Amino acid sequence: MIRRVPPTEPFEVERHLSKNEALHGIHPDDTYLKPGRIPHIWCPGCGLGVVLNAYIQALKAREIPQDRASVISGIGCTGRAAGYLNMDTYHTTHGRAIPFATGLSLIRPELSVTVLSGDGDLFAIGGNHLIHAARRNVNVKVICVNNFNYGMTGGQSAPTTPLEARTSTTPYGNVEHPFNLVSLAAASGAVYVARWTAFHARFLVESISEAFMKPGFTFIEVITPCPTGYNRPNKLGAGLDMMKLFREKSEIHHGLDPNEAELDLKRRIVVGKFVDLEKPTFADGYEKLMNGDPKRA
Amino acid sequence: MRFWRLPLDAKKYSIPVGELHIIDDRCKGCGYCIEFCPNGVLVLSKKFNVKGYHPPEPLPGKEMECVNCNLCQVICPEFAIYSTLKFSKELSEEDIERYNELVRQRRKDFHE
Ligand code: SF4
Ligand code: SF4
Ligand code: SF4
Repeated sequence: MIRRVPPTEPFEVERHLSKNEALHGIHPDDTYLKPGRIPHIWCPGCGLGVVLNAYIQALKAREIPQDRASVISGIGCTGRAAGYLNMDTYHTTHGRAIPFATGLSLIRPELSVTVLSGDGDLFAIGGNHLIHAARRNVNVKVICVNNFNYGMTGGQSAPTTPLEARTSTTPYGNVEHPFNLVSLAAASGAVYVARWTAFHARFLVESISEAFMKPGFTFIEVITPCPTGYNRPNKLGAGLDMMKLFREKSEIHHGLDPNEAELDLKRRIVVGKFVDLEKPTFADGYEKLMNGDPKRA
Repeated sequence: MRFWRLPLDAKKYSIPVGELHIIDDRCKGCGYCIEFCPNGVLVLSKKFNVKGYHPPEPLPGKEMECVNCNLCQVICPEFAIYSTLKFSKELSEEDIERYNELVRQRRKDFHE
């Protein structure tokens, strides 16, 4: 007997989206999310959703309306975050999130401009932009998601890949020393520097909402699990196992010198708020100049 | 700290009871909410959602122990779970007893 198999139904984008749209609005945070875009593409157990969630919770905590906030992201898994938020967002070219954000924050100083991007985008391709934006102290809030590799393109080694870690381009172990992102940001002149992990969701919300209120260049590094790109070759298990590892290994040290903020998954992960200082911003300096500061005359 | 009787100012305090809302079809079964719920309210269910993952569900008999802390909402990467306040209940002898039991358990875990 020949079994008849019905022809596969063509995948209808419209119907698929409308099904997701039907679920939209049930969750209280859905006002911040574009209708029909959730579920997002991130892998199960990925920490990026936690960071996006924390950003939304921080907006809610500070009661910043959607038309007063803007998110700019570069390329990579984290870069997708811009597409999910129901506000003015830019998905920019690789590594160039910070120049876009600098321009936006100068022309629209009333906006809360946030750069939400990954470690590869901000520190490899966009490394120069980041250190100079920090040096100038432009009013941009940077949330850098560190998952130790380039997740979207297949788990290649990044400037944050720990020594001896295995990735798809370093199958016998990485021989390059990683950046200490918080130390680099602090040395470049950021006025607010913190590091958290996806496990510290509440601290992260607190930290992001603190950064919203801080004029100048703020930098928050968030360490997240990447079960697909980083955990698999390094035998670290699923996203939940990585979260348990964060719980076990992290130590909170507020005010520690960022140079000593160790990040070693085998020994300890130092988290906390390391730098919080006051400094005139780039826009302040220009305004003074244009209004004819008597001291300069 | 352990209590040996109902505190005298117990009337001033109340325990919130949360109502859990789980959007099954959004969940990707990562288990964060289950692992990190401070009261251990949630458990992986046997059912499947449209994507083939097991969404969480309240442990049978523990539905009333959700304290509406909203940690599951903050830590869920998929915007699939949240809680709202159902009502607040007064502190009773049993709550104090349960709290003492929890402290005892935690101490035991810590020393092991
Ligand atoms: S590849 Fe890694 S970072 Fe990208 S979505 Fe998957 S788990 Fe997340
Ligand atoms: S609101 Fe808090 S207590 Fe209730 S299920 Fe969520 S994490 Fe557990
Ligand atoms: S945290 Fe969210 S996605 Fe993960 S198991 Fe719980 S409800 Fe599902």
